[in-house]
Amino acid sequence: MLNYLWGAMLIIGIVYAAFSGNLGAMGDGLLDASKEAIDLCVVMLGVVGFWNGLMEIAKDAGLIDKLTKAIKPILRFLFPGVPEGDPVQEDIATNMIANMLGLGWAATPSGLKAMQGLERLKQLGGAYGADAASNDMCMFLIINISSLQLIPMNMIAYRSQYGSVSSTVIVGPALIATGVSTLAAVLFGLARQRLYSDSGG
Amino acid sequence: MKIILFLSDFLIPLVVFYIILYGIFYKVAIYDSFVKGVKEGFHIVVGIAPTLVGLMAGVAAIRYSGFLEGLAKLLSPLGSLLQIPAPILPVIIVRLFSASAANSLVLDLFREYGTDSLIGLMTSLIMSCTETLFYTLSVYYMSIKVTKTRWTIPGALFSMAAGIGASVVLAYVMAG
Repeated sequence: MLNYLWGAMLIIGIVYAAFSGNLGAMGDGLLDASKEAIDLCVVMLGVVGFWNGLMEIAKDAGLIDKLTKAIKPILRFLFPGVPEGDPVQEDIATNMIANMLGLGWAATPSGLKAMQGLERLKQLGGAYGADAASNDMCMFLIINISSLQLIPMNMIAYRSQYGSVSSTVIVGPALIATGVSTLAAVLFGLARQRLYSDSGG
Repeated sequence: MKIILFLSDFLIPLVVFYIILYGIFYKVAIYDSFVKGVKEGFHIVVGIAPTLVGLMAGVAAIRYSGFLEGLAKLLSPLGSLLQIPAPILPVIIVRLFSASAANSLVLDLFREYGTDSLIGLMTSLIMSCTETLFYTLSVYYMSIKVTKTRWTIPGALFSMAAGIGASVVLAYVMAG
């Protein structure tokens, strides 16, 4: 996807600049931008490093495992097609907690495992076509895409790099906005599950 | 709103305090763990650095050419309808496909309008409560060869709209 998007940005930009007479600033602009990317990475090394170090402590102390266990009861309610004690519960919970804590690298592997587990349950149930998503898959993905991250560390790093007076002022409001989007996802999913229980459609 | 901003001040210190205390309680070598985690964090940043170099250059191209400005002007009727400043609209569209490309656009807005302006605050919040819809969708569904995604896209768009709506309201309140 990025191959097209990135290519389009550069081609469109340069062609548009040629027609609008802005080509003069383009060369410097491109080089400055690449320099700026590295400046930003230096700031991010600090912020992302700090957060990740903290999360390592949480992991070593068993806090992340505990949180994963704590949200399991909610999963019964959100994913009625997943039987109690099925190993896919573990993967879904791990994925959600990792997303909440902003550990994207830990979220993707467990997320992919969760999808495989849901695929196994789908085939077992036999209510859906081979190429169709089950209700539980839809629910899992819309919650995942609703953004679960509680503290937007990257955004805070960007804000501080660009001279924010208070880079963390967004923490509270962002938590509310994330809560709203996740709640909307859950309500939408629950409504769809009830309306079209396992018949596809 | 005061309570929410209070949360902003206290959440990070509180999380740090809690995790350190928790670590001590369970007899973790906290500093060793911390340093190990920081090292991993460095790897993550170094891993995304090349993407960032490429995309910030890409954004520079559409920005210095005047294309981004033209696009924002084109979208401004839609923006005023939704009470969203027009320069933010390209961010929302790109956000659906690529997180790093959207980030690069956001940085451009930060440079242009400042992080604490209405535009700066609104984009910060929008980016914090949304995900890369189509990217995530394709990675996850492709891994199990599902092509009929049924209600995933409508649901994800609905939740994204709700998050953006909340961000817009909160940003107006914050900016006063």
